[in-house]
Amino acid sequence: MKIIGLIISVLTGAMLVYAAADFPAWSDPSSPASTYLSPHFIEKTMEETSVPNIVTAVLADYRSFDTMFETAVIFSAGLVCFFLLRTTRRKESETETTHYRHTLTGVTIQIKEGHTLPPSDEFERIDSLWTPSGLIIKTSCRLLVPFIQLFGLYVIAHGHYSPGGGFQGGVILGASIIMLAISYDLRTIIERISEKMVAVLCAVGVLIFSGTGALCLLLGVNFLDYNALAPILLVDPLTARSHAILIVEIGVGVAVMTTMIWLYCNLSSAGKYNQGL
Amino acid sequence: MTDLVSTIIAKYNYWIYITLMMIGLYAMIAKNNLIKKIVGMSMFQTAIILFYVSIGVKKGATIPILEYSHGHGHDTQLVVHAADYVNPLPHVLMLTAIVVGVATLGVALALSIRIYDRYNTLEEDEILTQIREEK
Repeated sequence: MKIIGLIISVLTGAMLVYAAADFPAWSDPSSPASTYLSPHFIEKTMEETSVPNIVTAVLADYRSFDTMFETAVIFSAGLVCFFLLRTTRRKESETETTHYRHTLTGVTIQIKEGHTLPPSDEFERIDSLWTPSGLIIKTSCRLLVPFIQLFGLYVIAHGHYSPGGGFQGGVILGASIIMLAISYDLRTIIERISEKMVAVLCAVGVLIFSGTGALCLLLGVNFLDYNALAPILLVDPLTARSHAILIVEIGVGVAVMTTMIWLYCNLSSAGKYNQGL
Repeated sequence: MTDLVSTIIAKYNYWIYITLMMIGLYAMIAKNNLIKKIVGMSMFQTAIILFYVSIGVKKGATIPILEYSHGHGHDTQLVVHAADYVNPLPHVLMLTAIVVGVATLGVALALSIRIYDRYNTLEEDEILTQIREEK
């Protein structure tokens, strides 16, 4: 198997090297990729969409169909992970043990299923693989999270004028919450964003994108032709394009953020949602 | 000889992506462990992302964000030359490809978790033996 794999990959590499001989040299301004469609995007973006960041304009306007279905792909990936992993029923042989730690003495006790801990605020619930974690890590993560989220919101909102947009900002927002889950535990973030909320928000993100497109359809133009939204947004048709791009970017950001959280929760707890990494 | 060397130097981005792609393809075919196969798949994706981004580069061009257009609105006539900005199209395509790559990686890991639950191993040959024994 190893020999066959080596032969196949070397053959593929040799074919690609042979093909690369005809490719344009690196950073050639007159390469085929840069002469056909991209000059139109670069020169006309400002007058057609009034968005200085060409990448955002192409992503959410010229190629918005593509982006809409990419968002749908991300949503389906989250959904597939959920359906593959999420378990609500346990096997008969498994009984759930929860672990508690006495905060004053550091003694850990196990509580078998069906028994309850006497009410006391001296015990905290811990994961079964709990290790004494540093106060420094928890505190610095807790302090960093709001700034990371603020930066994520900036990246989404400022995607018209600087590098950024829904995908990047959504990943930053999702990463901030995953960081909280890693430095504390999985239960901390499930208390803040419940599983149901994550799933609903993920669908809402896709709905914002496709709903904007469908609204254009209702107003009598093509799907995702944002000019028609001018009477609703109370601006002229050109600015309406720019504003509609922001709306769909927010939809993408929400969908990407919640998909990241959803994937993390399902993968780290293997679908049980009781304890994470 | 100098001709060959200059060709190799002029197209060095292609050689890097081809090498990465070969490593990824080899890992996907030959490795026995499923997680290593997934790592190979990620390397393959990275090679394609590198390829796309590198063909968008133009000599002497800047990032595809128009200059001097902030706050002017659309009534000022802004002269834009396509040669001043790199090709935005590969950036758009790869932007979505990166996030979709993460999502597919999540699905692949979820499948591996399920396989591990069922067979208690992630080695391909051991899984195949267990499947044959079940028949």
